[in-house]
This record gives sequence, C-alpha cells and structure tokens, in this order.
Amino acid sequence: MSIQEIQDEIVDEFAMFEDWMQRYEYMIELGKSLPLIEEEYKVDDNIIKGCQSKVWVHAELADDKLVFTADSDAIITKGIIAILIRAFSHQRPQDIIDADTAFIDEIGLKEHLSPTRANGLVSMIKQLKLYAVAYQTQLN
Amino acid sequence: MNMTENTLDITQIRKDFPILSRKVNGNPLIYLDNAATSQTPRQVIDTIVDYYSNYNANIHRGVHTLAQEATEAYEGGRIKIQHFFNAAKAHEIIFTSGTTHSINLVANGFTAFLKKGDDVLVSAMEHHSNIVPWQMLCERTGASLKVIPMNNEGALLMDRYRDLLSDKTKLVVCNHVSNALGTINPIQELITLAHDVGAAVLIDGAQSSPHIKVDVQQLDVDFYTASAHKLCGPTGIGMLYGKEEWLAKLPPYQGGGEMIAEVTFEKTTYADLPYKFEAGTPNICGGIAFGAALDYLKTIGLEAIEDYEHELLAYATDKLLEIEGAKIYGTSKHKTAVISFNIKGIHPYDMGTLLDKMGIAVRTGHHCAQPIMDYYKIPGTIRASFSFYNTKEEIDLFIKAVKKAKEMLQ
Repeated sequence: MSIQEIQDEIVDEFAMFEDWMQRYEYMIELGKSLPLIEEEYKVDDNIIKGCQSKVWVHAELADDKLVFTADSDAIITKGIIAILIRAFSHQRPQDIIDADTAFIDEIGLKEHLSPTRANGLVSMIKQLKLYAVAYQTQLN
Repeated sequence: MNMTENTLDITQIRKDFPILSRKVNGNPLIYLDNAATSQTPRQVIDTIVDYYSNYNANIHRGVHTLAQEATEAYEGGRIKIQHFFNAAKAHEIIFTSGTTHSINLVANGFTAFLKKGDDVLVSAMEHHSNIVPWQMLCERTGASLKVIPMNNEGALLMDRYRDLLSDKTKLVVCNHVSNALGTINPIQELITLAHDVGAAVLIDGAQSSPHIKVDVQQLDVDFYTASAHKLCGPTGIGMLYGKEEWLAKLPPYQGGGEMIAEVTFEKTTYADLPYKFEAGTPNICGGIAFGAALDYLKTIGLEAIEDYEHELLAYATDKLLEIEGAKIYGTSKHKTAVISFNIKGIHPYDMGTLLDKMGIAVRTGHHCAQPIMDYYKIPGTIRASFSFYNTKEEIDLFIKAVKKAKEMLQ
C-alpha cells in the first residue's frame, strides 16, 4: 500500500471513535503493540530531542525500502509513533520525503502537532524524514 | 482532623477570576498549575485596561498630565511592593522582568566582588534559574559553586550546610520554597548562619511570596526576589529587593536611559537607587498591575490564604495516597500546597496528557529542576499546585481523573 492509502485507512479507523477517550484508548493499545527497537539501537544517539518523554528511533534499509523501529518510555507517545511507523515504514525513502502529514490533523491529534508540545511529534516526523533523506542520498 | 474551618468565601473569590469559568476539552477547567503561574483576578485585568485606556504614557520625564499620572501609579506600585515585603525603603525595590532577571542582575553585579578561592553555596533543590546564573558567575570569576545537599524527604541537610560555610563563603543562594517539591526551607536559620561568616544571601521568593507572609527586614536577608505572575499579577514584571548598602555597592547591570544622572562621551554618572538598575522604558503597566495584584491579595489576607491552602494540601495528599502505586516526592513537614507525584508504572507525560483531556491543568516533567529529578532517579513528576481559589470539590474531580487515567494506562 502507498503512504497515502495507509493514511486514509488510519483516518477511517479513527473516524469510528465517538470521543477522545476511545481515541486515546486505541492509541494506548497501538502503543503496546509498537514493533520495538532492538536494545542495541536504544542508545543516546538515537534519541529524538525535544521530547518530554524519551523516543528512540532506528532506521535501516531493506532492499529499496526504509524500515523503522522505535520505542518510548511513555505509552501515548508510543501510540503516536506506532501510527507514524505504520504510515512511513516499509516505504521508499523518496516517498517518505514527499509524504504529506495532514492525516495527523484529521485523526484529531492536531494538538500534538504544535511545536511547543512536549511530546515532539513534529520532531518525530522531521526525524523520520531526515532518515529518508539520508538513505535516499545513499541510494543515489 | 481538628482544623479550623477556613474563613474565605471561595465561591465569591472564584467570581473574581474570569478564566475559572471557561471550559477545556468540554470540561470545566480545573487549574492546578499555580506554581507555574497564577490566574489573574478581574481587579488586575481592570487595572491593565484602565492604564491603556486612560493614562498610557512614558514615565519620569514627561511634564504632561498623562506622564505624571503614569509615573505616580508606577511609583505607587513600587511602594505597594515595599509594604507587601516590609522593605525599609521604596528604593530598595528594583523592578525587573521577573525572578530570573532579578537573580541575573545580582549574579552579574557580584562579578566585581568574587575571585578565585571564594565559594558560592547553592541548594540542591533550585530551579535552573537559580543555578545557571551562579555557574556563569563562577566561570567568570574562578569562584567555586558548592551544593547544599538535601535528604530523601526533600529537606536541606543543615549540618552539611554548616560544614560548607567558611570564611571563603561570599554568597549563599537558596529558594524559600522549592518549585518542584513544595519544601519550605529554613531560610531564617540559613541567613543567620551565612551572616556569621560574612556571606551575603539571596533568597528566591518566586514560590513563597504567593503563599507565605514575607518580612525582609525581620529575615535580615540581603536580596529577595519575586515574580508578579505568581502573585495574581501579569507576566513580564517582578522585583528584586536588595538592602540599600548592597544595591549601592553593586555596579549597574544594563546601560541606557533612565539609569543615568549625566552623560558625556567622556564619562557617565549613574542615577540614584532604584533607577541605577532600571535602564530603558520599564514595564510601566506591569508595575502598576503588580501593585494592584498585591492589593488584591491583601484584601484576601495572606494568613487566611496560608491556612486554607494548607487545608487543601492535607486533603489532596490524603486522597492521593489512597491511590495504589502513588508516590509523593517532597514530604518535608514544612510545605506549601504543591504535590509532586508519580503513579507506579506510569510516565508523567501520559498522565498529564489524559488529565488535560479531562480539563485538568497540571505540570509534568522535570519542572526546570533537573538535579532534583536526578536525585530521585526519575524522568519527571506530575505536579499539582494549589491556590486559594481551588476547592475540595476540584480536588475530588482531580483524584477521580487520576484514577480514570491510571485505569486507561495500565
């Protein structure tokens, strides 16, 4: 599936929720099922700055696609990362670079997009895209 | 519990604060982040509107009516601050942008007085604002920064403090109340002991001034700081109290208008106190509103506030400890109404996020006091801080919300 198709799917899932509580319960569930980063990559170099909670992200290339794994010490943050990884992992770097992130707004997580927000969703997206840029350069 | 019922009419008081009737995420706002900033009563908001509507002007130099009215109101603000903290003289009150600015002003001035071999003592439970300026001062002068340690309850180890004091100690800096733990420090003892070795003392009063009656003359403190926005006033204005003898000795902090007596290209002579430290057009409206905020607090009465907030603290502490896995950081016997806590297995950020969804404002994180979090080996805490306009009903809703969030997160 393309990034856009996955994002549409996520938007559809979130549309079923009637209130914030269901939305957050779902995110907490997603957080618990996040594909965890290997311990060896859970190092300070992989920490995304600007987060009140700690976030580690690791990227590696499998064929021509980028695979992300991550972890956080806060469960809601893990849920947010899980959503991002679902949308961006196993995709070609160029597609990740070009991807739009408006779906975050549509699923009611807009409040997490503010740059002052301590969870650093903005930093997370930026970091995923930076990895994509780095690997795209490698592919070229 | 045998406690005198409070004498405050909280329902009436709450009507003074327009913001308390707003909703957040569909729920009535429960504001428990008072240690970060207090809310603003209508009386202070009216003062600000009145200033900009009726007598906005630059102060001290203008001969016209507006300038005179503004000057009078601004200097009136200074006198209100003087009386609130019982300073001997109005010119011992310097307007600053807040406590951080006040501390930097003193730290900068002390560059002239310190040398290698001198000691500056700082407590282990300081806000970064009361650590970094002294670190910078020590870097500039070669003096050493030494830390007065604390125990697990979040109380200072006074024996260790005594051991650290020597004739090399030139300055002791400490908060009156810890922003992250709520501990009320024994500053009277701390000041007396420092003076015995000839050291000056700066007390950061940002967290104490809204909750405890402070008398700078009785304390015999050399410098005391406060921020208006924690005292029901606006942001961007605060004060530095300094003993006249110290302020006279300290060199000016910033150069510019207002702070000069005479300027030629060869030499400038500085203005008298307090203007020596007030370069440029000040926050005129802020100074006036600061005074109005203190007037407001006075009508409620600091003693009554202290009693009532203590009642809220005891009530909230009991209720919170009923929750399984709750742990409170800062359990000193002497505390203001601040509860820093964690629930076992739950990240403070997750708790804060869900509480916000339920309309409850708390602070989460390290509270700009990372050394304290390092001491307890935690990433941060959830901090609920109460004010005289909070109620037991709000605490009940807060506890219910914490339980709900806990259920969701576990």
